[in-house]
Amino acid sequence: MSLIVFAGAAQFAAVGYVANGLAWPGVILLTALLNARHLLYSAALAPSLKSIPAPRRALMAHVLTDEAFALSVGHFSRIGRTDERGYWIAAIGSTWIPWNVATLAGVTIGGQIPDPARFGLDVVFPAAMIGLAVGLVAGRRELVAACSGAVVAVASSLAFGPGIGIIAGGLAGPLVAMAVPGAAPRLATHDDATGLP
Amino acid sequence: MSVDLVVLAVFMGLVTYPSRALPLLAPGIERLPRVATEYLRLVGPAVLTALAAVNVMVVTPEGGTPVFHVGIEWLAVAVCAALTAWRRNLLIGLAGAVVIVAVARALGVASLPV
Repeated sequence: MSLIVFAGAAQFAAVGYVANGLAWPGVILLTALLNARHLLYSAALAPSLKSIPAPRRALMAHVLTDEAFALSVGHFSRIGRTDERGYWIAAIGSTWIPWNVATLAGVTIGGQIPDPARFGLDVVFPAAMIGLAVGLVAGRRELVAACSGAVVAVASSLAFGPGIGIIAGGLAGPLVAMAVPGAAPRLATHDDATGLP
Repeated sequence: MSVDLVVLAVFMGLVTYPSRALPLLAPGIERLPRVATEYLRLVGPAVLTALAAVNVMVVTPEGGTPVFHVGIEWLAVAVCAALTAWRRNLLIGLAGAVVIVAVARALGVASLPV
């Protein structure tokens, strides 16, 4: 699943769905809903990657994740141009390889860790998401998009479920932010927050 | 390993790939109006914080409806954001978040996730 789907949130959710006996059509539909946010990432990256040949863009799409998106957008912003090599490093080197190695390790030796939550490992995912978001906030508009996206997502999740809530937050946050007068987008002048080269 | 689960993973991959690929492969994407590109630029912070917020604030019990959750994870995520912004290093932020949750749970002042 890590090789084929390569989408952490959907994979975690799928484990719960399967464990609870949800029928396949339900699992597939919920996966599609949860991963629909990639549509936003893909659309956001498309203008930057338009000069890359279509077959390579098709491959790039498969490894587009939350982390790859945040790392590459931050990187493009920092250097002021598109960098295909940077995208591959973010998507493959920083995400795809570690994710699959960790999946393999989890399958083979994970059972020996009695309770990962006891060590706080369950907080890594949300903490990583917020840390990556920090790296993308370069002004008032991004901050408003981030805060309003979170508020809308939580409210929508409570009403309709997390799959819909996350997409609602991702769609509504930028809309709210666009209503805020903001400075012209500026390129980050400092190192990005990822600690990556 | 169950072959059934591999087939399920293939279907999950099939419904995931189009959302990743369609905009990247769509012709004319570079001719989007300025307002659209500005909107798309803001999607990242919004989706990432949405993911984080839902993950720590919404819990869905087995077979139940989503409920609002208050816990040590809030503090951990806030500390991660602050450390990452301050030190410009995500790894330090993650380490801070994990330590807070692990210590709080070891001391018995925070519960394990549902």
